[in-house]
Amino acid sequence: MNNELIVTSSPHVRSQDSVKKIMWSVVIALLPAVFAAVYFFQARAISVILTAVAGAVLTEYIFQRIRKKKITIKDGSAVVTGLLLALTLPPSIPLWTAFFGSVVAIGLGKQVFGGIGQNPFNPALVGRAFLTASYPVLMTTWTVDGVSSATPLSQMKMEGIATDTWNLFVGQIGGSLGETSALALLLGFAYLLYKGYVNWRIPLAMVGTVFLGAFAFGTDPIFHIFAGGLMLGALFMATDMVSSPTTKLGRWIFGIGAGVLVVVIRLWGGYPEGVMYSILLMNTAVPLINRYTRPRSLGEVK
Amino acid sequence: MKALTFKQGIHPEYNKELTKDKPLKNAKRPEEVIIPLKQHIGAPLKVLVKKGDQVDLGQKIADGDSFVCAPIHASVSGTVKEIRKVTDPGGNIVDAVVIEAAEEDKLNSGLEKHDSLDELDPAEIRNIIREAGIVGMGGAMFPTHVKVSIPEDKSVDYVILNGAECEPYLTVDHRVMVERPKSIVFGLKALMKAAGAPGGFIGIEENKPEAIESMQDAVEDDKNIEVKVLETKYPQGGEKMLIEAILGREVPAGGLPLDVGVVVNNTSTAAAVADAIRDGKPFYERSISITGHGINSPQNLIYRIGTNIGDLVEEAGGLKDNAAKVITGGPMMGKAQKSLNIPGVKGTSGILVLVRDEVEDYEPSPCINCARCVDACPMFLMPTQLANYAKNNMVDELEEWQVLSCVECGSCSFVCPAKIPLVHHLRLGKAQVMAKKREEN
Repeated sequence: MNNELIVTSSPHVRSQDSVKKIMWSVVIALLPAVFAAVYFFQARAISVILTAVAGAVLTEYIFQRIRKKKITIKDGSAVVTGLLLALTLPPSIPLWTAFFGSVVAIGLGKQVFGGIGQNPFNPALVGRAFLTASYPVLMTTWTVDGVSSATPLSQMKMEGIATDTWNLFVGQIGGSLGETSALALLLGFAYLLYKGYVNWRIPLAMVGTVFLGAFAFGTDPIFHIFAGGLMLGALFMATDMVSSPTTKLGRWIFGIGAGVLVVVIRLWGGYPEGVMYSILLMNTAVPLINRYTRPRSLGEVK
Repeated sequence: MKALTFKQGIHPEYNKELTKDKPLKNAKRPEEVIIPLKQHIGAPLKVLVKKGDQVDLGQKIADGDSFVCAPIHASVSGTVKEIRKVTDPGGNIVDAVVIEAAEEDKLNSGLEKHDSLDELDPAEIRNIIREAGIVGMGGAMFPTHVKVSIPEDKSVDYVILNGAECEPYLTVDHRVMVERPKSIVFGLKALMKAAGAPGGFIGIEENKPEAIESMQDAVEDDKNIEVKVLETKYPQGGEKMLIEAILGREVPAGGLPLDVGVVVNNTSTAAAVADAIRDGKPFYERSISITGHGINSPQNLIYRIGTNIGDLVEEAGGLKDNAAKVITGGPMMGKAQKSLNIPGVKGTSGILVLVRDEVEDYEPSPCINCARCVDACPMFLMPTQLANYAKNNMVDELEEWQVLSCVECGSCSFVCPAKIPLVHHLRLGKAQVMAKKREEN
């Protein structure tokens, strides 16, 4: 018998889930969107995605080395950020831009706040916001095989041309790498739901609000929920655990708020698309939302 | 019928099959018992014996004047060898009476035997329960007679017996329900009479079909007692969860089940009440599960209070070579022990031995706000937020966010993917709030 008994405080058993498992499951969940991107945009998609992921992982590594922290690139969280950023980029983006975007996403979006768990904003969206502000032309050029094509949202906004709904759903349209195919994104999301690694309230609230809002103001609601980055944003970015509320009511509020902002920006704003800014704006409200939506504890008299 | 339950909670692996079919059997009579003199929540006791005294089995060896206390009895006949300090399973250093066992036991408790409850009034029942030293056997060791002493301005309509046994591994309540259902029902009726409660429930998780059947048979003729089948979910046996599941009533924060007209007792406690009334037998022995993959031959035993836990482990075949952690109680709320050389007490319902592979080294990583703890907490608290407040000594926020409602069930720590010891931080938070309250008074 060993005479060194281990003593720790209870509980003495733990569930098998870990941060690493959750993050890599998100990577798996994004694979259908990656395959769709490769199918629609071929080799170009592969190089943009690999560049963005490499940029994110490398930046995470360098920051952790400099800060003399444990290197945690294997936990998959930087891969998720790189992947998400890549999926929001136009296929024609120069590779150095994609790389730079990832450096900003991880560096300014995550590590300056203290690394995983500390970032108030979704890091991938911070990277994308930076690129949109700095390289507006590169970020809105939708050239595929030398042929320029506008995205359905800008076609709708600028020229009033609608896109076929089926093409919109499967992704046979112009747009960023990962946002074109709602079908692929929903498949991946279903996997996360099955694993219990994602909450459904935020995406339901956000997509539902956009649907109702678009309908209320006389535009095509089906078009609005499948066009642009709404599916990618609602399913995979607004649901980012770190930068979304922890209460159930808070998740509803967060999703509805983001949905309202999308409708406002899309219908009356200067941009054809508003998903990115909607989520980033709602990110800033998370501490406040958590504070005011604390559930009533059992037996509490408020 | 759909199984009843509370909201939220967790589903750990139950591992009951190790001992659930092992009938209760008497552990070897110990040659020496070390009986700690504080085995209840409440005021300390005065010792009634001194070195060299001869004591009989069931003889009272310590008692107190305070209302909230429970006397302690000799668990063997023999000679008082000494009174010295020992470490109890709770980690407290307490006085204990060491009794060297004589050749034979002679029961001499001074308790009368009563075949029927009809000859006893509620006060007499409460007195027997008190004199028999009965405390809650689920682990908290709250004196049972206090629970069924209902203040003038309150009334109780139900006594609920807790047969959920939601802690993984443990099977003592299960075995008592299978083997001694009639005693449990007798005890329940005594508790109902003592508390003035017209109705009774026995709540059992649906993963114990034999116990459910056994108890249903036993209450067949009683119109006012009902067995309630509960969903298998942790912490179903927490008294607030049990009341929520069975009656849909919410115990107010800082209040007692009494405030919603309920008294909750453990099924094994009810059996002990029956033993005290019918056999004049005080609380000097109890059942225990010696279990886990680190034990050679898992068992359910009946042991004398004060038996060395190491001896009970030996009786269950001893520890395996890869045994790494010894826990008194269950894996969710039990206490890890540094040594096997401690006495079993009235609240010790299990000895669980985990092997090396089952004892992970947890290195907490930063919280990712996944809110699993929020979704698991049966009290609807926000453990991750409270843990942050506790780490930063933010006492006002801790209080405002209801840290004192934490029942320390450990569900938050269980689900945390970042392996943060949340419930530990919450315990510290509770201590901070209590310290502040004491300062203010």
